[in-house]
Amino acid sequence: MQLAVLGGFAMASLAPLLHQWFGAQTPRVMALLPAAIAAWLLGQWPVIAAGEVLLLEWAWVPGLDITLTFLIDGLSWLFALLITVIGALVLVYSGEYLHGHRDLPRFLVVITAFMMSMLGLVLADNLVTLFVFWELTSITSYLLIGFNHTDPAARKAALQGLFVTVGGGLALLAGFVMLAVAGDSWSLAELVQRGETLRDHALYTPLLLCVLIGAFTKSAQFPFHFWLPNAMAAPTPVSAYLHSATMVKAGIYLLARLHPALGGTELWVTTLSLVGALTMATGAFLAIRHTNIKTLLAYSTVMALGTLTMLLGLGTPQALTAFVVFLLAHSLYKGALFMVAGILDHETGTKDVTAMGGLRRAMPRTAAVAGAAALSLAGLPPLLGFVGKEAMLASVLAAEAWRPLILLLAFTAAFLTLAVAAIVALRPFFGAPRETPTSPHEAPSAMLAGPALLAALSLVFGLAPGLLDPLVAATLAGIGAPASGVHLALWHGLNLPLALSLLSLALGLLTYRYWDRLRARLACLAPLMARGPEAGYEALMAGMVAFAGWQTRLLQNGHIRNYLAMTLLVLVGLVGHALFFRHTFTLDVDLDVYLHEAVVAGLMVAGAVAACVMRSRLAAVAALGTMGFSIALTFVLFSAPDLAITQLLVETLTVILLVLVLFRLPRFATLSTPLERLRDLAVAALTGGLITLLMLSVLSGERLPRISDYMVANSQPLGHGHNIVNVILVDFRALDTLGEMFVLALAATGVYAMLRFHARDHATARPAPPRESDDG
Amino acid sequence: MAKSGTLILNAAARLLLPLQLLFSLFLLLRGHDEPGGGFIAGLVAAAAFALYLFAFGRRPLSRMLAVSPRDLVAMGLLLGVGSTLPAWWVGEPFFTAQWWTIPIIDFKASTVLIFDVGVYLVVVGSVLTAITALVKTDQHEDER
Repeated sequence: MQLAVLGGFAMASLAPLLHQWFGAQTPRVMALLPAAIAAWLLGQWPVIAAGEVLLLEWAWVPGLDITLTFLIDGLSWLFALLITVIGALVLVYSGEYLHGHRDLPRFLVVITAFMMSMLGLVLADNLVTLFVFWELTSITSYLLIGFNHTDPAARKAALQGLFVTVGGGLALLAGFVMLAVAGDSWSLAELVQRGETLRDHALYTPLLLCVLIGAFTKSAQFPFHFWLPNAMAAPTPVSAYLHSATMVKAGIYLLARLHPALGGTELWVTTLSLVGALTMATGAFLAIRHTNIKTLLAYSTVMALGTLTMLLGLGTPQALTAFVVFLLAHSLYKGALFMVAGILDHETGTKDVTAMGGLRRAMPRTAAVAGAAALSLAGLPPLLGFVGKEAMLASVLAAEAWRPLILLLAFTAAFLTLAVAAIVALRPFFGAPRETPTSPHEAPSAMLAGPALLAALSLVFGLAPGLLDPLVAATLAGIGAPASGVHLALWHGLNLPLALSLLSLALGLLTYRYWDRLRARLACLAPLMARGPEAGYEALMAGMVAFAGWQTRLLQNGHIRNYLAMTLLVLVGLVGHALFFRHTFTLDVDLDVYLHEAVVAGLMVAGAVAACVMRSRLAAVAALGTMGFSIALTFVLFSAPDLAITQLLVETLTVILLVLVLFRLPRFATLSTPLERLRDLAVAALTGGLITLLMLSVLSGERLPRISDYMVANSQPLGHGHNIVNVILVDFRALDTLGEMFVLALAATGVYAMLRFHARDHATARPAPPRESDDG
Repeated sequence: MAKSGTLILNAAARLLLPLQLLFSLFLLLRGHDEPGGGFIAGLVAAAAFALYLFAFGRRPLSRMLAVSPRDLVAMGLLLGVGSTLPAWWVGEPFFTAQWWTIPIIDFKASTVLIFDVGVYLVVVGSVLTAITALVKTDQHEDER
């Protein structure tokens, strides 16, 4: 399974190549991978249904307790199946939607990488691995929202989604660390067994809050909901996949997964049910203000995500059952509706529902699919959405705390959602035909297959919800609820939830009837909306930029001597503190200096002094060179040939770089006042003196066991090399070296970008500076 | 500046370049047992190319290199990351060095060597990126 996911990443990187071979068929070819994974998952169903938990172990960095172990139980099985099945459908669909698009290969790279990240997220057993996949989904989502990167709005929305979710990701990381400390394990399979310990732990409140921030930002809960509708700037297959069926459910998945470990406390119940209910109502209310079909659907996704959070918060077996059903129902109908929205956009050239009408004649099959999916969204029989909504209302009626408030919010959300469903399914297809930018005709079957399949599943499961019993039971086991006695049914008899459903139907239809008038009325709320959480986000961003500007002007004012002074003083402070206060400082060295060593040291000192007092740049550089070569000589004397060679080569390359820049530098001049130079002298003396003391103190007194002894002893047996320096670099400390390689690459990129943009600015904006060469 | 050098410099650069590159490969390959290694060898190679650049200018250098120095950096990073994967494949902790002996020439091949080649390419690429960028801005100004 791990191989399938990693292979998926490999396939993602090969997408451009595949595109050369298969052309327009590439998406279908690539859809084979998620389809195969889905088939494999289905093959595991008997095991999952029996309530077993599959642990596919694979070590990664055992020293740090990081594993690539996959945990497959009912919960992750359900999510993985949704991801792969909808993923395959979306790939096929996008092949048509983006047919002939110049950037189709890029799209395939990113969406496949996203698919695999999402799969890794729901399957990972290790908190660190889960977090890595979590962040990968944020990054791929960023790239997908900003797919049309020439559009500034898309770029802004992408950045907003990234900031919100990655900001939450930071909180999540902190929460995970605390979780691992409190539960004494990084493995989810173990953590969910330790609920008692975790809930009584002193860190419980902070860790829960951190995890919740992470989950709420990802799953667009109030007040972080604003990024999701903006993310609709992405191509529609992306909206269907990431921003309704999968990625936004990552936070929900995490909460469900951690429910046995963290759930059930007062804090959990209150926060989740209230935030969830508030999100529901906000999402549904904001939805009906819009006429863009994708925005409408996005807000109704916010509403659905709120419902799921609220149900997890209530936490009763009934509520959790409703959670599973609603989760499945939503993935099915929302995926279908988004794909229908894409079809409408594709065929008519507009996304505004008020601009469409009477399309059922031109595209009857699309109309049928949209109708079925919208019935499920509305929560009407005989679709699965009805089963979900009834269960939701029933569990809200049984809520222990805050019942009236939650019920009011849930009911509002229910009837407004019904109105949204009516708007989406009736408005474009019925009424008088309208002129649209392109003349509509029936969608190609490759585009219609996905939504049709999803809508059909909604219908089948709605007519026979009993089919889902074993699946719901297995999923509930993963959420940590008693799994026995689950029985879903379409008809529960005449009861209070049904009455509420009927009432919401009436209110919803009324809302639909007077929608145009209502929207006009709601327009007066615009000033209020402008002060919503999104304004807070904007203010935060502006504040951050202002703060960054302030501290850059303060700390990085362009005078290199200030940077140096700052760095060195911090170094002196830290090292000095450690040297004098944390350790007993002893000086006990018998200096035994040979003549040639004294000569080399003298050369170094002379070079340093000369570099400071020289009145010409070239001479100063030469003096510095003397110092560098003396250092190399020191390395030779103390048998460190590798360091000596490195030093020599670095000196040589420095000369080359200097030759290149020397004649471009301004006239050699003394810019600092005598007082400033005195200050710089003091800083230099302080640093030099302290480092000398440090060295002497290291050489004297009692020696700690040295790490280099280990390196010397093991270089040959473990590293198969005699050159200890190189064995350390490429074997013992290879991870550090890899990090350094990336630093070097970043530095090179920085230099390149700086010089290039500098040159371009010079070419376009300013006249060339007067060229001066001093002594070069 | 640095568009074309003197006759002596040109001839020297032409002669020295292969020798210097050979020397850098020598340093790279023997690095595990004797002084040398990817970093040092990379610096030597970069210096060799820099000499060529001084003698003949940027365009001949990029013609000779055929790949952009920035691509060298990317290739180096890929090799560095790629060398960590074989250990994973055989089920050992991430980044554990793997050794194979190629029988006939009795050569010790290893992921470590691949990694070192990665270091080599990153160093060469980074230094050349910086140097050619500097020269490029020069020529840009010269053209105006």
